[in-house]
Amino acid sequence: MKRRDFLAGAAAAFALPGAALAQVDPLEDPLVRALTNGAPVRKGKVTLVLPQLADNGNSVPIRIAVDSPMTAADHVKSIHLYSERNPVPNMANFYLGPRAGRAEINSRVRLAGSQRVTAVAKLSDGSFWYDAAPIVVTLSACLDES
Amino acid sequence: MAARIQIPREARRGDVIEVRILIQHPMETGYRHDDVGHLIKRNVIKVLSCRYNGVEVFRADLSSGISANPYVQFYTVAEASGNLEFTWIDDEGERGAERQPIVVKG
Repeated sequence: MKRRDFLAGAAAAFALPGAALAQVDPLEDPLVRALTNGAPVRKGKVTLVLPQLADNGNSVPIRIAVDSPMTAADHVKSIHLYSERNPVPNMANFYLGPRAGRAEINSRVRLAGSQRVTAVAKLSDGSFWYDAAPIVVTLSACLDES
Repeated sequence: MAARIQIPREARRGDVIEVRILIQHPMETGYRHDDVGHLIKRNVIKVLSCRYNGVEVFRADLSSGISANPYVQFYTVAEASGNLEFTWIDDEGERGAERQPIVVKG
């Protein structure tokens, strides 16, 4: 973590609640907070790959990879996917372990509109890392009748 | 519920193998209406798990945010010859199970 990021984070932590609300941050999501139990979530290690534009939100390919040796001592325990605009924000949780060998998941998700998607990874040492990707969805899933 | 599973037939011990599973399932979101305007009840696969010779190596909690006919690709280390057993359950309590054999050399 850069010193600058740390200072910005520390300043935000001590700022008034009203000031904090002005920022739109997926990590302020109560669901993410429930997952991390207040522990810091740092950007990095996780790579979230989404297409920049999806014509149809009903099936959007997604790839989440975490930079980890996946050994018994140092591995990814779980990966959690969050959507900003879906009626069910916690899209999926994946539980891995040292037996996975490689921390990478590919799947297809539904997205209700253009938004930012966040992936949070929990590591065996208890730290949390995230990555977020913006996506433009032309035809949104879930809420549209199709 | 039918499923297609793709894993290598054989692998060397210690190799990281790619596992792909595609389950035939509507993943009904619970937000859609039928032709006469009634809400269609939510029915999604809640849990998908993969056991390698009885030991769980992968588990996923899915939701309506996962596309119909859910596809999941993940990795596991080839440890020994045997089976990869997949089980899943949906909101209506319907369970699915599928297994795929693997031969591990070396």
